[in-house]
Amino acid sequence: MGIAAILFWFLSALTIGGAIMVVASKNPVYSILYLIITFFAISGHYVLMNAQFLAIVNIIVYAGAIMVLFLFVVMLMNLNAESEPPQKKRYLFFAGVVAGCSLMLVLVAALKSSSSQIQLVQMGSGDVGLISNLGKVLFTDYVFPFEISSVLFLSAMIGAVVISKKEVVHPE
Amino acid sequence: MLLTIDLAFVLEKLILIVIVVMSSLLIAMYATFGERKVAAIMQDRRGPNRAGPFGLLQPVADGMKLFFKEEIIPNFSSKFLFILGPCLAMLTAMMTGAVIPWGDKVHFFGRDISLQIADVNIGILYVFGVVSLGVYGIMIGSWASNNKFSLMGGLRAASQIISYELAMGIALIALLMVTGTLSLKTMVGFQMDGYWNIFKQPLGFLIFLICVFAECNRTPFDLPEAENELIGGYHTEYSSMKLGFYLFAEYINMFISSSVMVSLFFGGYDIPFVNDAHLVESIGVNWVALLHTFSFLFKAAFFLFLFMWVRWTIPRFRYDQLMNLGWKVLIPLSLFNMLVTGALVLLQQNNWHF
Repeated sequence: MGIAAILFWFLSALTIGGAIMVVASKNPVYSILYLIITFFAISGHYVLMNAQFLAIVNIIVYAGAIMVLFLFVVMLMNLNAESEPPQKKRYLFFAGVVAGCSLMLVLVAALKSSSSQIQLVQMGSGDVGLISNLGKVLFTDYVFPFEISSVLFLSAMIGAVVISKKEVVHPE
Repeated sequence: MLLTIDLAFVLEKLILIVIVVMSSLLIAMYATFGERKVAAIMQDRRGPNRAGPFGLLQPVADGMKLFFKEEIIPNFSSKFLFILGPCLAMLTAMMTGAVIPWGDKVHFFGRDISLQIADVNIGILYVFGVVSLGVYGIMIGSWASNNKFSLMGGLRAASQIISYELAMGIALIALLMVTGTLSLKTMVGFQMDGYWNIFKQPLGFLIFLICVFAECNRTPFDLPEAENELIGGYHTEYSSMKLGFYLFAEYINMFISSSVMVSLFFGGYDIPFVNDAHLVESIGVNWVALLHTFSFLFKAAFFLFLFMWVRWTIPRFRYDQLMNLGWKVLIPLSLFNMLVTGALVLLQQNNWHF
């Protein structure tokens, strides 16, 4: 077991443990903090695969911006166990368990015959994730999906501005 | 072989990390002293002059005082998060130093030691990532205080940092178009061979500078701790060394962001008008590295002074002014800068033909 394998198992344990704690912790603020830990562990995985750009973008976008907004909202709403209405609908819980297990089943069935389980990740040797290669690929092979997604972002941005815009009251 | 680690390499990096951390702490310590002296000079006072010669031991006395004060953790607050807040503030403040090139290299014991802890190829993005994490220390601490004024301060900090990060990022993109690299070391190398980036990106630098002031929560953008509106802002409930950590993290942030500005726009450790190859021949690698580091620290010290100068000159913005400046002035301006830079770079690659 080399140092990469040790790091891999450590990061995997951290990711899964963090993800479980997101669901398990009572306080939503703690959930968000565990989610941030999970994102960091995933970024660690990216670094192991030598995809440093993806790793840092994951941290900037998810841990640095989106989670801050989540934290922002949760802190403003001051959610906690006391203000939460008691969960009486037990059947929702069972429905969740059944739906989750079905999703797991579908995923296992889909991935069983795919090549992803045979082809292991290139640890630290691949250079696809480095920024120059990524940029070239994005602007040549994948330029169409890239542009489409940027238009999607633009429309989402404009939509957000339109929704949040106050109604102008015209003085008579 | 279980673990193949180059022990000398680890030791070398460890020593470098200790030196960088220690010296940024020391510089931040004397930045607090410098701030009080600068304030005193601007207000026609003497400033601290009792502890030690010229008051030089004043930061030590301040630190001792903070250590001996009573530690108060408010009731009904999450104790773990309350302690985590200042720790995170310090941690994120110290982390950025890892990718800043403090000098070229030194030659000891037959090894070339680079004076940069990690030359990652995404250097500037790493800085950006750590800066965007810096807000957690403030937000978590302010929420855990269980105090409305603290929470208001924390929310202000978060919205301010997120808003100014955008303009900062776009200003950086223009710089990256000009240099064509993300590694801070390569960027400094380009500037040593050619012109400093400030001459290529003056508008970008101005935007970056304003955003850095906002990211460091410095006046005129120190709304998270506006004392006449929010008592003490996010650190209202903090006392003793935990308060000290928050205040100290601000000074480390100032030093580190000065260093980032120096490496991005002012040639890093470059000594202007000096041919380094000749200098290396005449006095050797190690002395040149020392001169380089001095040059770097001198430039960084100038920016530290600029931070203080602005603090004691310009009054605090109002909150809506802050948001208007960020969203309606800086972001369009940085977009404009980016487009113009892109057009110029394209023209240059086309040999100035349309």
